Amino acid sequence: MNNEWPLWEVFIRSQHGLAHKHVGSLHAPDAEMAVNNARDVYTRRNEGVSIWVVRASDIVASSPSDKGALFEPSNSKVYRHPTFFPMPEEVKNL
Amino acid sequence: MYAQLVDTGGKSVKRLDEMGAEERAFQERVDAGVKIEAKDWMPDNYRKTLIRQISQHAHSEIVGQLPEGNWVTRAPTLKRKSILLAKIQDEAGHGLYLYSAAETLGISRDEMLAALHSGKAKYSSIFNYPTLTWADIGAIGWLVDGSAIINQIPLCRCSYGPYARAMVRVCKEESFHARQGYDIMMAMCNGTPEQKAMAQDALNRWWWPALMMFGPSDAESVNSVQSAAWRIKLFSNDELRQRMVDQSVPQAEFLGLTVPDPDLRWNEETQKYDFGAIDWEEFTNVVRGNGPCNKERLRTRVKAYDDGAWFRDALVAHADKKNAATQLVA
Repeated sequence: MNNEWPLWEVFIRSQHGLAHKHVGSLHAPDAEMAVNNARDVYTRRNEGVSIWVVRASDIVASSPSDKGALFEPSNSKVYRHPTFFPMPEEVKNL
Repeated sequence: MYAQLVDTGGKSVKRLDEMGAEERAFQERVDAGVKIEAKDWMPDNYRKTLIRQISQHAHSEIVGQLPEGNWVTRAPTLKRKSILLAKIQDEAGHGLYLYSAAETLGISRDEMLAALHSGKAKYSSIFNYPTLTWADIGAIGWLVDGSAIINQIPLCRCSYGPYARAMVRVCKEESFHARQGYDIMMAMCNGTPEQKAMAQDALNRWWWPALMMFGPSDAESVNSVQSAAWRIKLFSNDELRQRMVDQSVPQAEFLGLTVPDPDLRWNEETQKYDFGAIDWEEFTNVVRGNGPCNKERLRTRVKAYDDGAWFRDALVAHADKKNAATQLVA
């Protein structure tokens, strides 16, 4: 047998209340082993309280070359940021 | 270093005005300190060089487990044994982070392992030296991991995102390695005269190979200039080696040990240590496969891989069976 194990992306929740964050990837034959391996590879020093593993092939990513078209529309909308509106200093709580 | 003598595939470094539009945009991003990510456009040689460098680095972490594995069953106490096991497990982890980083460049894990096992891919020269006494485990943590840290800290800022992020993880764990090594050295040096002599002997044998880890002077090398332009090498071999000498000599003095270099002296003018000539013939020999343990290391590594084949196959068979069962139900 010589089929390479699929690649899994690993996400760890570092403490309660924070979102899972991508930490890296690993190979494993199935989801259960992926979680086991992720425990050994990415949480040897209390880095997490929860692990997600996702098959890398199941992730849909935007393409770097689409960056302009994807993100430009929000770049031009600076009024979405509160700092766009200068407030008089004597006005409080805004 | 963990990656030594990495070829960059070119004879000279291109100027911006000699590059095509894509390569110029790439180089300008690198120059501006913007990280390159897996799916971004990159020059072919950048990709190939990084695959060589990162896979060599990964192989070093994996093979680096072997000299230390020699002492797991003979560690002097249960505590030291647990610590050594944890360190060796970290090395396996470091290898895995790095293999994953290399894979983002389009090489498969199996291809990399095949290159290591056939002897085609290199790993660091340092792991071809034997660990003769327990003090060697101390010297390795102190000097070998110490050198690795000096090399790896700048790589946390290298231009390739996945490599830089892997290095951040590695560096966080690496200082445990250096400290546990120095802790062993302190225990030996505060022990019996025989134990202290053992520590001195370990320093005598590991000092020069540790300095060789940084590789020969690359001040004149095209590969080095190219790697610097790509920001996958941030300091020259000599600069990093000097840093290692400057930090290690006072540490040796604290232990009451003598660095095995009659030419070593403090230079008031440069505020650095001058040190003796390195035997590059020995280095070349070890890199070419003729070090004291090259054959044994590779043999042990290949045997471990082959002996584990049935287990890996069983895991795949189990996964396939479960998959088939789920599909039947569906």
